[in-house]
Amino acid sequence: MTSREKILANIKANQPDLRPLPEQYTFVSTFPDLTKQFIDVLTFVGGRALVVPDYAAIRADLQAQYPNLKSVATTIPELADLADRTMTVSDPHELADLNLAIIEGPIAVAENAAIWVDEQQLPQRVAPMITQYLVIVIRQSTLVPNMHDAYKQLKVDTTGFGTFICGPSKTADIEQSLVIGAHGARSLTVYLLP
Amino acid sequence: MNQLNLDHASAAVEFNKDEPRVDWHDETLWFVRTKRDRAAAQLPEWEQLREAASQIKNHVLSNMHDLLAQFEENAKQNGITVHWAENADEHNAIIHKLIQDAGVTRMVKSKSMLTEECHLNDYLTRHGIEVIDSDLGERIVQMRKEPPSHIVLPAIHLKKSDVGETFHEHLGTEKGATDPQYLTEAARQHLRDTFLTRKVALTGVNFAIAETGGFVVCTNEGNADMGAHLADVHIAAMGFEKIIPRAEHLGVFLRLLARSATGQPITTFSSHFHRPRPGQQMHIVIVDNGRSRQLGRPDFRNSLKCIRCAACLNTCPVYRRSGGHSYHSAIAGPIGSILAPNLDMKLNADLPFASTLCGSCSNVCPVKIDIHDQLYKWRQVLMKEGYGPGSKTAAMKAMATVLESPSLYRVAGKIGRGVLRFTPVLAENRFNPWYNQREMPEPPAESFRDWYINNKKV
Repeated sequence: MTSREKILANIKANQPDLRPLPEQYTFVSTFPDLTKQFIDVLTFVGGRALVVPDYAAIRADLQAQYPNLKSVATTIPELADLADRTMTVSDPHELADLNLAIIEGPIAVAENAAIWVDEQQLPQRVAPMITQYLVIVIRQSTLVPNMHDAYKQLKVDTTGFGTFICGPSKTADIEQSLVIGAHGARSLTVYLLP
Repeated sequence: MNQLNLDHASAAVEFNKDEPRVDWHDETLWFVRTKRDRAAAQLPEWEQLREAASQIKNHVLSNMHDLLAQFEENAKQNGITVHWAENADEHNAIIHKLIQDAGVTRMVKSKSMLTEECHLNDYLTRHGIEVIDSDLGERIVQMRKEPPSHIVLPAIHLKKSDVGETFHEHLGTEKGATDPQYLTEAARQHLRDTFLTRKVALTGVNFAIAETGGFVVCTNEGNADMGAHLADVHIAAMGFEKIIPRAEHLGVFLRLLARSATGQPITTFSSHFHRPRPGQQMHIVIVDNGRSRQLGRPDFRNSLKCIRCAACLNTCPVYRRSGGHSYHSAIAGPIGSILAPNLDMKLNADLPFASTLCGSCSNVCPVKIDIHDQLYKWRQVLMKEGYGPGSKTAAMKAMATVLESPSLYRVAGKIGRGVLRFTPVLAENRFNPWYNQREMPEPPAESFRDWYINNKKV
């Protein structure tokens, strides 16, 4: 008997009688203003959020935030002029010196400020972690109230990898002191288009 | 001081020798608990979410066989290689073989309590493989050759001055440095180099989805992603109880997990892995290591619902005042104390007694495990199996003899009252464990029985 067969046989012999799944496992969250809720939570977790009317406003803010920054890449055609390199590389190690990645997020969650991205937005999976600074552009119209709503819209296996990102990478492993910029991006800026 | 070689009570005595440090440990964890409370209070449906999570997990326990078979089939279709390990040795051997097959001798690892349970690092080191833990807290304790003292905050027992010393020794940071920002930056540089040069990366698994054959890994630091996305081979190790039926159930668990753990609305990264990236190998090792045995124990199977948030550790008055190392087990605290006796009843017989049975652990558990009831039930099992602490067994036996005989009881009462009144030193000394933390009671002049008989005469 293989280990697989042994384990599965033991489980079958020992598991209790079938219990049904609960009828209620999704809940409705109501926020008076989804955009405000998203921004409040993102700010709380150390991110920066800005409501902007158009790409020109994003460009202006990025130029002010990161003047003369080199090694900038984006997947957004409207902001292509800000980039001096690409994230579309065959070996993810080529992104080791990436300073700024500007990507889009198709769905964002108001209750916890998590933004979903998968390989439709990411030329390389490691891009949003390996970059020094991360920018995600979302549309207010794609904000959903909570995680249940997000999973209703998402198909998590459309691509081989997807992740919810909520704020910049951080740690509190040294005496519970919050430090932003652990291994992933040192900052996250989210622009909210209409 | 080595708390790891002592039983819980003796290790707790060691830990309590440094009183300011115990107070600090206690307050730090209580602070995390209050953050959890604030986060929970923000969701009006919090209790319903716990109930939903509990019921989903009850279903999982009852349908484990089919869910695992479904997961395996879908994972294979996704191009993930599935391995099964009956015990810790097999788990370690499978991972060792995968590293050898990749032709390397070094691996980077993100947090996995399962690999701690299986002592993977020791095993690989003995076989000439270098393992670097990439979670900051785990890296700190790894450098110090200590196990994690907490499942979410591995270095919670250390002060920043301890970390500063450790980094000065291992990373060459300035002597005496204690600034967390500076120390974290040093670790970031050191580990970035590790991520960029390792061809094999290991991660844990928070949730495995039967319906889609994928798995979810949650971190705040991004270390699991950095390791896995830069490696040629990604190995994910999971206890089989991590399975959930469908992706939509993640809505329940991801809303509960980080809020229960640290009071965050969600972890920074909640990464869903379904297929290897082009040219990459992805392996998943499904581990039993006693779990199927626990599944067969009606009183204790609920412990397999655990999602490793550590809320029960943070709230536990015993954990907060005895420290994680006093539990001499990969998983400390209340949940660890009901998991450990399943792994080795004799070795871990002291742990179910490391509780006041106050029930706070059960009250904060996001999947409603009846933790304190199980601690109580383990005590019955352990005493019956003869694994109870020796002194307690003898005392209980003597007590039972006295209580069984009315005449013996009367004599013992008389002696007790006499001793306390006339020779208190016989009870108030360090050989009486009851007296160690307590004042002895004021003895009454006569027993209730004597009083009743005397008054009836009148």
